[in-house]
Amino acid sequence: MDKDVKKEVTKLQELTYELKVEHAMTREVITVTPQATMAEFREILRTHRISGTPVLEDGQLVGIVSIEDLIKALANGEIGAAVGEKMTLGVKTLYTDEPLVHAVGKFARFGCGRFPVVNRHKELVGIVTQGDIMRAVLRELEIDYREEEIHRYRASHIFEDIVADETALVFGYRVMGKDFSTAGEASSSLKTTLSRLGIAPPVIRRVAIATYEAEINIVLYTDGGEIVAEVRPEQIHIEAIDGGPGIPDIEQAMQPGFSTAPEWVREMGFGAGMGLNNIQACADVMKLESAVGVGTHLDIIIYLDEKGRA
Amino acid sequence: MKLQEIATTLDLTVRAAPDKLDMEVTGGYASDLLSCVLAKAQKGNLWVTLQAHPNIVAVATLLELAGVVVTEGRELDPSTVKKANEKGLPIFTTSHATFTIVGELAKLGVAGVD
Repeated sequence: MDKDVKKEVTKLQELTYELKVEHAMTREVITVTPQATMAEFREILRTHRISGTPVLEDGQLVGIVSIEDLIKALANGEIGAAVGEKMTLGVKTLYTDEPLVHAVGKFARFGCGRFPVVNRHKELVGIVTQGDIMRAVLRELEIDYREEEIHRYRASHIFEDIVADETALVFGYRVMGKDFSTAGEASSSLKTTLSRLGIAPPVIRRVAIATYEAEINIVLYTDGGEIVAEVRPEQIHIEAIDGGPGIPDIEQAMQPGFSTAPEWVREMGFGAGMGLNNIQACADVMKLESAVGVGTHLDIIIYLDEKGRA
Repeated sequence: MKLQEIATTLDLTVRAAPDKLDMEVTGGYASDLLSCVLAKAQKGNLWVTLQAHPNIVAVATLLELAGVVVTEGRELDPSTVKKANEKGLPIFTTSHATFTIVGELAKLGVAGVD
């Protein structure tokens, strides 16, 4: 979940760079000639339920005329005047191959409702409003969302799709010692992976808590190590392995509240002497082996029953 | 009760993920010991703590908590705010003490989880 949120924000920005104006524009453009009267223009707006059109003369874009020009003409009693007299000249346009982010910028800068879109030969090929941009981005987001759903669906059926006498998926994560800035990333990544595999949320929660505590122990007390998770249809086996210093007395270490953490670590809320107990509470099987000067090897097994899989 | 209502009522300062305040709060938990939080806090809970370092984000997102209230005017590490925004985790600060905030939350009907 948490990763998706990040994706949404940057994804939106990414899309405005990725998508071109031609992806958002309307291709059927209603136009008027400069010779048409404002009264005729009013009828065009009414028939097509639009609020403005580009003005074309011999296929060339010469101006743009909007409902505001019509209102002004009405107020001045000039409804019979030619569009060519009332239109706005010097029309700002967008190119078909410009990224949408340019369009967004131009809408903000010029405050107009629509931009005619021209190709590189300056021929009018479409028109784009802010609403068109919004719809194009939403459409693209929906496609992405569906792809993520398919992604999840495929991952969650992987065990059924693989033909083997025994199946195991193994995920490995390196954990940096003494590096608090990345602490928790291994367990967070594992959690995302398990959720994609369709493991039930209560099981994921137990795995995530146990793995986080194991990861924090590696960060706090060692120079680094690794966490390996082996997922089988019937169980998840997590191993946390480090290269020392090792635990002199495991029985003592397992006592709730026993901790060798230095004061500054405790001040951060770590080292309360509850980590291993938390792991034990989450695990169906827990095995802790350690040799001073060699390292520590922690095995955690959490069973998956029928309910454990989605 | 939604995070937004709680933040407004208790006059909490929103420091991260202001777009995630429509989360429903399922209860509350207060502790400065991360292992206790991991053991007890439930999904959707609001966590009240003195800790302000980036690991509170890891703990809170792991448990899918609704948000974190950092008390007693503790200044957040810049990396805490950055991480929380990345993960979409609302973090609030307040000058009040944890006890006061928990008391106010209880008055609003936010219950403990044990």
